[in-house]
Amino acid sequence: MDDPRPDDVDFGCPVPLGNHANLQMAHGGGGRLMQRLIEEMFLPAFADDGSQEKTVPHDSAVLAVGGARLAFTTDSFVVSPLFFPGGDIGELAVYGTVNDLAMAGAKPVALSAGFILEEGLPMETLRRVVASMRKAAREVGVRIVTGDTKVVDRGKGDGIYINTAGVGVVPEGIDVSPNQVACGDAILLSGDLGRHAIAIMSVREGLAFEGALQSDCASLAGLVEAMLAAGSDIHCLRDLTRGGLASALNEIAHHARVGIELHEAAIAVAEPVAGACELLGLDPLYAANEGRLVAFVPVEAVDRVLQIMRGHPAAPQPAVIGTVTAEHVGLVELRGLLGGGRVVDLLSGEQMPRIC
Amino acid sequence: MKYIDEYRDPHAARRLAQAIAETTTRPWNIMEVCGGQTHAIIRFGLDEMLPREITLIHGPGCPVCVTPIEIIDKAVIIASRPDVIFCSFGDMLRVPGSQKDLFTVKSEGGDVRVVYSPMDAVALARKHPRQQVVFFAIGFETTAPANAMAVAQAARLGIENFSVLMSHVLVPPAICAVLDSPLNRVQAFLAAGHVCTITGTSEYGPIAEQYRVPIVVTGFEPLDVLGGVLKCVKQLEAGRCEVENEYARSVRPEGNKPALRQMKEVFRRVPRKWRGIGEIADSGLALQQRYADYDADRRFGVEQITAEEPAECIAGEVLQGHKRPYECPAFGTRCVPERPLGAPMISAEGACAAYYRYRRRATGQN
Repeated sequence: MDDPRPDDVDFGCPVPLGNHANLQMAHGGGGRLMQRLIEEMFLPAFADDGSQEKTVPHDSAVLAVGGARLAFTTDSFVVSPLFFPGGDIGELAVYGTVNDLAMAGAKPVALSAGFILEEGLPMETLRRVVASMRKAAREVGVRIVTGDTKVVDRGKGDGIYINTAGVGVVPEGIDVSPNQVACGDAILLSGDLGRHAIAIMSVREGLAFEGALQSDCASLAGLVEAMLAAGSDIHCLRDLTRGGLASALNEIAHHARVGIELHEAAIAVAEPVAGACELLGLDPLYAANEGRLVAFVPVEAVDRVLQIMRGHPAAPQPAVIGTVTAEHVGLVELRGLLGGGRVVDLLSGEQMPRIC
Repeated sequence: MKYIDEYRDPHAARRLAQAIAETTTRPWNIMEVCGGQTHAIIRFGLDEMLPREITLIHGPGCPVCVTPIEIIDKAVIIASRPDVIFCSFGDMLRVPGSQKDLFTVKSEGGDVRVVYSPMDAVALARKHPRQQVVFFAIGFETTAPANAMAVAQAARLGIENFSVLMSHVLVPPAICAVLDSPLNRVQAFLAAGHVCTITGTSEYGPIAEQYRVPIVVTGFEPLDVLGGVLKCVKQLEAGRCEVENEYARSVRPEGNKPALRQMKEVFRRVPRKWRGIGEIADSGLALQQRYADYDADRRFGVEQITAEEPAECIAGEVLQGHKRPYECPAFGTRCVPERPLGAPMISAEGACAAYYRYRRRATGQN
C-alpha cells in the first residue's frame, strides 16, 4: 500500500483516570487500563518516597537487607471456579507467588496465606483447597508460615479468595530484571500458550471443547533454579499470567525501553487451544497461562539455556520466539506466518469473544 | 487445525498474490464488506501482498460499529434499571453511548452480563422469574437466526420476563447504500461469507446486475480473501459483473433454509438507522407483530429516544470506505480504544481498531 500514513501521531496519549468515575473490570484485566491504574494511582502514592531510584515494575521487589538481597512479592487469587481441569485455587495461590519470586531469580523461602471466606462455604471445600496448598508448598520446598482468616457475608465473596505474599533469597551474583534486557537478546518461551485460559473458560462458561484440556498451572521455581545454577547469563525472566505473552512482552518493552520482534511460527499453541480461540475470536497471545515463562538471554547463552530447559518438566516446549531490538522502542512486533508484520499491542482490558 | 491451517499456507498465499499481480493491468478498488475480513487483511498483512494497483476499501460489515448511538443509549437506560438483567455479546459493552457505555453501567451497579448465545439469556429469564431479562439483539444475518430462535422459544415456553432490544441490520441494503453514494469509489465487493451461509446468494444477483459490479462471496482466512480478490480482479479486467462463490465450503446458493424460515417467522424488514451513515430503507429487522410483546423498546418505553453522534467521529465515512481510519485527525490521539469517539475503535471487527492494534508503528513508516 502506498497510502500516506501519519508519522506525527502521538500514540502515547495518556488516558486520564478521571475518565472512569468507578472501577471497571478492565482495571484488573492486565491490559492498558490496569497499567494506567498502577502508574497513575499506586506508583505515585507508594514509590515516591525520595529514597528510591525510579521503580521498574517487576514480578518481585528486591530489597537489600543486612547484606542479603530479599525478593518480596504478593498476589491475590479470585479464580472461579475454585477447582478447574489441571488445578485449583490453592495450588494457584502457592505457585503464583512462588513463580513471581522465581522471576527475580530468588529461591523461595516462605509464604503467607490470607483467606477471605464466604459464609456458607462447605468446610470440605476449604479442606480440599488447604490440602492442595500444603501439597504444592511441599513440592516447591517453601513453607507457609503466617496467615489470616476473614469471613464475609454470604453473597459478598466467591467462596474463597486467597492472598499469598512471599519472600525469597536472591543468590549472590544474580541480577534478573527488566533493567538487564539488552538489544540483541534472544527471547525464549518455555511452552505452548493459553492452556489455563481455555481450561478455565471451558468450565466457567460451560463451553464444551473436544479433549480434556488441562491448565498449565505449575511451579517454575525449579526450572529457574536449574537455569540459573548452570551459571547461565540470564538477563530477565517473566512468567506469563493474565494478559498472556503479549501483555508480558509489552510491559518489558515499555519499561526496558527496547523493541521486541516475535516470530509467529515459533510460538506453540496446542491444537485444542488454537481451536477454541478461533471459535471464540480470541488471540492466544493474550490468553492467560499459569506455568509458562519467557527468558531474555544473550545470544551466546541461548543454546546452553535451551538445553537446560529441554531437560526440565516445567518447560515442555522451549523455543526461541524472538529478539530484542533497538528499533520501534516500546512496541512488540510479530512477523506473521505469511511474512507480514503487525504490532502486538497491549489490550485495554480483557479480551472479549466476538459476535459472529 | 483442519479448515484453518490449509487456508493460511504461505506458499499458496504467495501463489495467489502472484496470480493477482499477473491479472492486474490497472487500478481497482475492492471493498471487503465484513469487519472480520478487514481484520484478517490487516492481521496477516494481505494488503501488503497485493500489487499497488489494488486498493482494498474497508466496508460497513461490523455489527458493533453500525449500531446507532441512540440504541446504545436505550441499552444504557434499560440496563441501569434495578429490575433488569441486561445480556449482551461482550463486544457491545465498550461501545460509547452519548453519556456512557455498558461497562460503566456495570461498574455503577447495573446487572450487565456477557453471554455467548441468546439462549443463555432465555435460560437466565427462566432462572430469575422476578427479574426482567433483556437481550441485546444485534448483528447481521449471521446472528439473526439464533436471536429469532430465542424469541420463538421464549414465546413457546411462555417466558414473559424476556425481551430483546433489536438492532439487527442486513448486508445487501448497505451494499446498495455504498454504491448509491456520490462519493463511492468501490468497483467490486468481497461479500461476507458467514452472512451468505445463512442467506444464500440470491439477493446479490440483482445488485451485481443493476450496479454493474462483481460480487464475490468470500471467507475469512488469508487464502479465502486472496482468492476472492483474484476472482474480483479477473471479473473487473474482463468487464464482467457476476456473483461468484469463493466460499463454497460454507455457502450454498439457497442458504440455510431452516434458519431463513426462523428469521421470517419472528422478524420483519424495517428501515434502520446505521451509526454514522443514517437511515437505510429496508436495512433492518424488527419483531413481527405477533412477537411485539418481546420488544424491549416497547416494554421499557424507550422508543422515542434519539441522540446525536459526536461530530468529531468520522465513523460513517470510514464505514462507507470514503476515508481510512488514519485519515481521521482524532485517530490515535483523541480516539483510542480506552476512550473511543466511535465504535470502530473498539469493536473486534472495527476498521479503526484493526489499524490501531496492528499498524501502529513508533516510526510511522508503514
